[in-house]
Amino acid sequence: MKTGIVVFPGTWSDRDVAWVIQDVLGHPVEYLWHKDTNLKGCDFVVLPGGFSFGDYLRPGAIARLSPIIESIVEFADKGGIVLGICNGFQILLECGLLPGALLPNASLEYRCQDVFLLVEQDRTAFTCQCKRGQVLRIPISHGEGNYYADPDTFNQLERSKRIVFRYCTSEGEVKPEANPNGSLSNIAGIINEAGNVLGMMPHPERCGEEILGSTDGLYIFRSVLETLKANGK
Amino acid sequence: MEFLAYVTVKLKPSVNDPQGLAVTNGLRQLGFEGVKSVRVGKHIEITIEAEDESAAKTALELMCNKLLANPVIEDYDFRLQVIIA
Repeated sequence: MKTGIVVFPGTWSDRDVAWVIQDVLGHPVEYLWHKDTNLKGCDFVVLPGGFSFGDYLRPGAIARLSPIIESIVEFADKGGIVLGICNGFQILLECGLLPGALLPNASLEYRCQDVFLLVEQDRTAFTCQCKRGQVLRIPISHGEGNYYADPDTFNQLERSKRIVFRYCTSEGEVKPEANPNGSLSNIAGIINEAGNVLGMMPHPERCGEEILGSTDGLYIFRSVLETLKANGK
Repeated sequence: MEFLAYVTVKLKPSVNDPQGLAVTNGLRQLGFEGVKSVRVGKHIEITIEAEDESAAKTALELMCNKLLANPVIEDYDFRLQVIIA
């Protein structure tokens, strides 16, 4: 089972994702340059965080025009597992694999801090190693993570149980004071209808070892790797 | 023909604009108490060659929908100026 890590000019979390998957969890990774069109046999594709193309125009707006995106959309349409983290989430929204948009943080501040996430859905490829109601401590690092969707889209997400993570207190309460960026309904991560594409603002790749203060990020990577194993990859 | 297009992209009225709120507060602090609200958008200038004005308009519409604006959160409008007839 091989993980592909997509690299755009300005991506910054690619090495951290590789470190967690390869060095911490012991699975092979492959870097995929944004000009590639071949996913090189990868079973899982990660769009890491960063500032692809300098966030020019809007975060993710230029990145989604890269040749590799077409291959990723095709991969996702066939059920391939895709995880977008931070800027990767912004790119998934820009290319239409996920609904909604991310606005500048309501505070207008860049937020770099640990947050608590409530796991709302545990029957996904990304959270099957978690329990519903579990609280994860994972860092965020972004200036534009304020999730927005029109009321119809939001209702649809809610009804179809596609809101996977919400910002919460350490006790797991979803409250406005636990919301670091003004996101609609404290949304931190959503999944597509088919359940194989997840976008999230927090960085699970930055908390995969005790020395980093939390290993909660491993729940997400382990969930995907276990799902792939169960699917015979 | 050659045209200069002035494109304006702004957040939809239904979308909260924290930048606009910050600028509103800034202007009031400067003493402009009459300021009711501010919306911050983007101004883009594009020089484009096209057969005629209608072809230029069609191209601009497509550019706005496909890249310059995000239709989930933004509205756009543009005006064209003839540079080379």
